[in-house]
Amino acid sequence: MSIDKTSVTPDDHAVENPEAAAGADVAVDPRLLVRERGFAGYLDEFKRKMRAGDLGSIPVVIGLIVICVIFQSLNSAFLSAENLNNIAVAMVATGMMSVGIIFVLLLGEIDLSVGSVSGVAGAITAVLSVTNGVNEWLSVLIALASGAAIGAIHGFFFARIGAPAFAVTLAGLLFWLGFMLQILGENGTINLDSDGVVGKLTTYYFSDVAAAYGLAVVAVALFFVTSFLDSRRREAAGIPARPLVDIVVRTAILAVVAFAAAIMFNQYKGLPLALLLFILVLVITDFVLRRTTYGRKIFALGGSVEASRRAGINVTAVRVSVFAIAGFFAAVGGLFWSSKIAAANQSAGAGDLLMNVIAAAVIGGTSLFGGRGRTWNALLGVMVITSIQYGLALEGIATPVQYMITGGVLLATVVIDSITRKTQKTAGRA
Amino acid sequence: MSATPVLALRGVSKRFGAVQALTDVELEVHAGEVVALVGDNGAGKSTLVKTIAGVHPIDEGVIEWDGKTVQINKPHDAQHLGIATVYQDLALCDNIDVVGNLYLGRELQKRGVLDEVEMERRSRELLQTLSIRIPSVRIPIASLSGGQRQTVAIARSMLGAPKLVILDEPTAALGVEQTAQVLDLVERLRERGHAVLLISHNMADVKAVADKVAVLRLGRNNGVFEVKTTSQEEIISAITGATDNAVTRRAARSNGEAQK
Repeated sequence: MSIDKTSVTPDDHAVENPEAAAGADVAVDPRLLVRERGFAGYLDEFKRKMRAGDLGSIPVVIGLIVICVIFQSLNSAFLSAENLNNIAVAMVATGMMSVGIIFVLLLGEIDLSVGSVSGVAGAITAVLSVTNGVNEWLSVLIALASGAAIGAIHGFFFARIGAPAFAVTLAGLLFWLGFMLQILGENGTINLDSDGVVGKLTTYYFSDVAAAYGLAVVAVALFFVTSFLDSRRREAAGIPARPLVDIVVRTAILAVVAFAAAIMFNQYKGLPLALLLFILVLVITDFVLRRTTYGRKIFALGGSVEASRRAGINVTAVRVSVFAIAGFFAAVGGLFWSSKIAAANQSAGAGDLLMNVIAAAVIGGTSLFGGRGRTWNALLGVMVITSIQYGLALEGIATPVQYMITGGVLLATVVIDSITRKTQKTAGRA
Repeated sequence: MSATPVLALRGVSKRFGAVQALTDVELEVHAGEVVALVGDNGAGKSTLVKTIAGVHPIDEGVIEWDGKTVQINKPHDAQHLGIATVYQDLALCDNIDVVGNLYLGRELQKRGVLDEVEMERRSRELLQTLSIRIPSVRIPIASLSGGQRQTVAIARSMLGAPKLVILDEPTAALGVEQTAQVLDLVERLRERGHAVLLISHNMADVKAVADKVAVLRLGRNNGVFEVKTTSQEEIISAITGATDNAVTRRAARSNGEAQK
């Protein structure tokens, strides 16, 4: 989506392509999107993007700030380190599942089964490790593999047989719910060892203050170095590059957020393991989606299936694999869910979980129509949803009201999305 | 022009259920030559293109590539041989930027990671050598005009250094200026030694850039003409399959009126 950052002058052509230099004045379109260097250029581009409806994450970030201000004014405990740390841990289960859903949404499809599949993963782990005494690590691996396999089955019926994904995964929702209840048996609840592998997922904190600060330092340094090297490579190749000022500003913003978070975590129990794993997953999935051919294929399928097929992309294989990924992350989310309640029970994966997972992806900015979105959207979206839940819980507001408010937020997001898309269309950038 | 055609179809037939879409079709395209494929709606032009591009495998007949018999069963087979097809509906992904679309399905990689820098550099170079003007190579295709999309689609076909480029109605939805640009582009392809198969409804375009015209009628060959020595009326009568039809009657009428 990025726009050429520097103006293209005929001199550039002379350097990189002498053959075209003669016709260079012809090759430059007068309507070229160019940006002046420096602050004025920044402001110009920002204004143009706003007018064109290219809002990016801005609405979500504003929404988060509004949520924080409202709940903090209602109850000063909202922005306490303890509450924020609890939110950070609690959001991971939904967030992980949201990552999987984003892969499916990028195809322009939907997976309604992720809630049930997450319950199945928790149940499999509990039944194997607690009831049958299988090694807990092995049980976890089997649960994750089952999630991926279940997703692949859905993918097969959708991609190979041609049944609508909506219907296939709706059937899956019911089937896997029944499957989970079946393997949990009559008892219905299996308690997990809170010091076990699954238990530790949400209870372990890196209490050493160095952990949170270290993560912040590594993240900021990594961001700066990769942006800087990328910019240098682009300059060396003679193509528009991000100016250094731009990189420094972005790094500074990231540094402020990262260190503020680190200070906050260290005031309570320290950096939660759950959050570290979530961030790792986000970094890896974002890399896969935007820097590998596999990710490019997913975006291509979300844009145009026919174009992808003609470009030689194996449509069936990509679709099946994407549903397998959704199933895998549903299982991951299920394990975090079990960890949070230290048990596998009949209510796992039920209720508003599925809706929250999809809402998180959409609130974060993933398009329901395919082809637009990033896995980082899951982080922003799930922060909004979990903050609302915790804020309302602090106020002692009951679940019915929580549902209504979350529903309202989702509607507002979709409305903003639709309006900006319309603006984008008229500005020719949809 | 070499004696062996780059692509030759010998007695190609294709059925869809009860419909005989192509019957014993013959076609030859040489390097550095633009062959226009014309015919009325439903004459089988698109089907023929799709058989060459590997979308629909042929039922009978032989496809020869550089004089050797080949099987084209999948789009990949055609790509592998060096056949690039630009369809009427362009087959671009609206949500992906120009560079991403140019390299879709054949992304450059460096240690397993997309080499965006190299792809962008080469895209700019390619667009420059073809004198294609677009606002930026990093904006999504959705932001481009119809003519710009067409030129991107054609540029995309050039990336694999194909021997044969098939253009399906490249000027159908374009304005005057954009049409001229696309025709310029077709001539540039010929100068660079590519064989070009141009499907068109527009006789003016055909006369302007094609060397030969192959006419299809109801799924069969209905003559191959040298453009220089053939009048537009002859081609039209081959397309419509008769010397007495609505088009010729109208032409005769207007001639008669002009003489009065």
